[in-house]
Amino acid sequence: MRGFLLNRLSQSLILLLIVSVIGFVVLNLLPGGPLAQFGLDPGMTQDDLDRLKEQLGLNRPLLMQYLDWAWRLLQGDWGHSFRDGVPVLTVIGRHVFATLLLMGTSTAIAIAIGTWIGIRGATHRYSLFDHVATVGAMVALSIPTFWFGLVGIYIFSLRLGWLPAGNMYTIGDGSVLNYLHHLILPSIVLSLVHVAIWSRYMRTATLDAIGQDFVKTARAKGLSERRVIMKHVVGNALLPMITLAGVQLPSILTGALVTETVFTWPGMGRLFLDSLGYSDYPVVMGLLMFSAILVILGNLLADIAVAIVDPRIRLG
Amino acid sequence: MTERSNTKSNYSRRDALRMLAIGGAAGLIAPNLLGKPAFAQTPPASPTGRVVVGFSQEPTVFNPLMPHTECDDAVHFSVFDALVRMDPKGVLQPNLAVEVPSQKNGGISEDGLKWRLRLRDDVRWHDGEPFTAEDVKFTLELITNPKFRAWRTAGHSLVRDIKVVSPTELTWRMEEAFAPYLSFLAETFMVPKHILEKEADPNAAAFNQAPVGTGAFKWAQRIAGDHIELVANADYAGEGPYLERLVFKYIPDMTVLYTQFKSGDIDLVDQAFITADHYAEASKLSDRVVILERGASVESIYLNLEKPQFKDPAVRQALYAAIDRKAILEGLYYGVHNPTETFMPQNSYYYNPNLPAQEFNIERARQILDEAGWVPGADGIRVKDGVRLSFANSTTSGNHLREQTQQFLQQTFAEIGVEMTISNLPAAVMWGDFWLKSQFESAISGVTNVIAGDPDVSNRLHTKAIVAKGGKGSNTGQYSNPEVDALLDKGARTFDREARRAIYLRVQEIVRQDLPFLPLFAYANVFGRKEGLEGFEANSNARVASWHAAGWHWKG
Repeated sequence: MRGFLLNRLSQSLILLLIVSVIGFVVLNLLPGGPLAQFGLDPGMTQDDLDRLKEQLGLNRPLLMQYLDWAWRLLQGDWGHSFRDGVPVLTVIGRHVFATLLLMGTSTAIAIAIGTWIGIRGATHRYSLFDHVATVGAMVALSIPTFWFGLVGIYIFSLRLGWLPAGNMYTIGDGSVLNYLHHLILPSIVLSLVHVAIWSRYMRTATLDAIGQDFVKTARAKGLSERRVIMKHVVGNALLPMITLAGVQLPSILTGALVTETVFTWPGMGRLFLDSLGYSDYPVVMGLLMFSAILVILGNLLADIAVAIVDPRIRLG
Repeated sequence: MTERSNTKSNYSRRDALRMLAIGGAAGLIAPNLLGKPAFAQTPPASPTGRVVVGFSQEPTVFNPLMPHTECDDAVHFSVFDALVRMDPKGVLQPNLAVEVPSQKNGGISEDGLKWRLRLRDDVRWHDGEPFTAEDVKFTLELITNPKFRAWRTAGHSLVRDIKVVSPTELTWRMEEAFAPYLSFLAETFMVPKHILEKEADPNAAAFNQAPVGTGAFKWAQRIAGDHIELVANADYAGEGPYLERLVFKYIPDMTVLYTQFKSGDIDLVDQAFITADHYAEASKLSDRVVILERGASVESIYLNLEKPQFKDPAVRQALYAAIDRKAILEGLYYGVHNPTETFMPQNSYYYNPNLPAQEFNIERARQILDEAGWVPGADGIRVKDGVRLSFANSTTSGNHLREQTQQFLQQTFAEIGVEMTISNLPAAVMWGDFWLKSQFESAISGVTNVIAGDPDVSNRLHTKAIVAKGGKGSNTGQYSNPEVDALLDKGARTFDREARRAIYLRVQEIVRQDLPFLPLFAYANVFGRKEGLEGFEANSNARVASWHAAGWHWKG
């Protein structure tokens, strides 16, 4: 276990190095840059722009800028946002709760419903339910989330007036009920896609397990169908789901780019889009490193969890 | 579309009062036909109520002297004061100063070099400290401090020897006479010396996240990525405020911004306003006041005058005559914007309304080119002295309205034997060196030519502002006319409003004749607010609708 962790740690550091180099280079290759937003400001002279470029250290060679950034990061300094001058970790901290709330809720919905649909679809293969679920999943996967979002707002907010047209809460009202009321539409819209993904994976995994010899043995022992499914099939089918959960974990904290925009949700996804739009290099790099670390952690946790659950697998 | 009032908002009392007052029929009268109603009620005695303003960009810069964009102005105008303020008519009014300095009142010397400012003596910072001439001196010096990441420095860099005469009076010397500086001061908000002088690094001061000003509203809090909340400054020295709370809400998508205006989540739409395609629908909404307000920017076809195709004035005249502006404005731009013949904002005091109006006339366009010796070649494209009348037109790719305009122009230009190809680029590439260093052949761009409402357009039209020729500025079309240069130089040194007006009216005449760019239309903005929000005034000399929230109040 110790050797496995050390091995993983060194792999992770190399991965982070690669991600940071590629991210930094691509970001700086993009035309525009942090000062482009002032290019059409009639009052900003070329002298002003040149001065700001120097003050922000953007006129140094790219390698120097990268090394400076990486050296500070190693010392725990993630830098300051170009836009508002706030430390990057503070910026991330200010947005992570909103995302956790939205993504956590929608993922919980997705896992619960998706798993149920997947199991039922597999045990009632080719039934009407299975067909409807399959077609439904295909539809949910192929229609963009923002479209669901806009249609949802149109129907439930503008026409029926049941649910708010976005935002995390009403300004001036911070009650739990108010948060929940605002959470309903975006979390359901977001979970649509995830339900589809989870149900398809779960269906396949369940079908896989049903065909195994130990299931035939269990049935031969005379166990009830219900017990066979619950005890022998589902338990085994959930194993690959742990890996899927590990892959999904980072997105709970990194957010949904489009949905957060449509629902004016002040989360990480929108922060990323905004920072990219303003070429706020320190924040974009911070978010890249943050999600890279989460991806590594998610996979690591999944591997460890699988090893614990499945005695056939040994880490090392 | 039917609407339901949002039950989550706290307006039920006001809603009820409004219904009683107007019998719910106000929506039937086209609200944009009404000016400020004569029966407008007097504001409340003490600040009450709240207004939520929607923005499509997030305000993030709260130190008004640091680089920022339009949406940040809303916070600055509400939390801070400047020495002077530009009113909707383009006339400077005193703000922290007791009078607008001029040569007549002795505030500016005859040669324009010596300035004297007299300040109000009843102004306090939000923390209770008195505002004095020391704060003004500190602010102006901070802007030119090389360690400070300042926003615009034009004009400020000419200021020398600032002397505090008394707490309410200061003088300085200008390195050269520069009349636009007076207007620039309207966008130079004063910051407190007693707070910022203690900071080792003004770029990272805590003040930048929790500003302290002298304005009508005090800083309350910011929820990053969502909104900014301000509260009334009960001790405000000027008029107002009448609202207890002012909220600037960030809504990142233009369609959603409009949706939340319809749903009632926001009371007023600020930058970037309601999109033109929603205007017709928005103006029919009940309980909403939707108006068209003339903006400051002008959409034009910019011609790179150093390209051989555009050197002949006849070509520019012919192209201008071949533009069906009416069709573009009404067919493509929803009839929202206004035709114009000049770069000057139509609400400006310096706007010239007497310029010859463009006429769409294909025959005339052909005739001009025939007379100038441009003869159609074998492929139908006109040629003169080996120059083929063919050029590329560029703008931001993905801007559908501009792309449709281009296709439309392409067709009419083809009818007069001119070939226009379309070559669009992503915004960051388009408006980078390609635009600034005049690498384009022709471009469609919406440009605000004046700075802080001042008519000085040297930055856009003076020969010394051509970057491609080693100059400094944004004369990207490379327009060069010695007469215009001389007039612009004179205008920048002239302080008298009437004398300046004559100069810029003449500049507009010459430019209309030379046609260095072909004006398509002057932008209008679609402003929307809830019925009952009184005291709102649009100001095309400011970049935001929330330039004077101090005067806003709810009816009833």
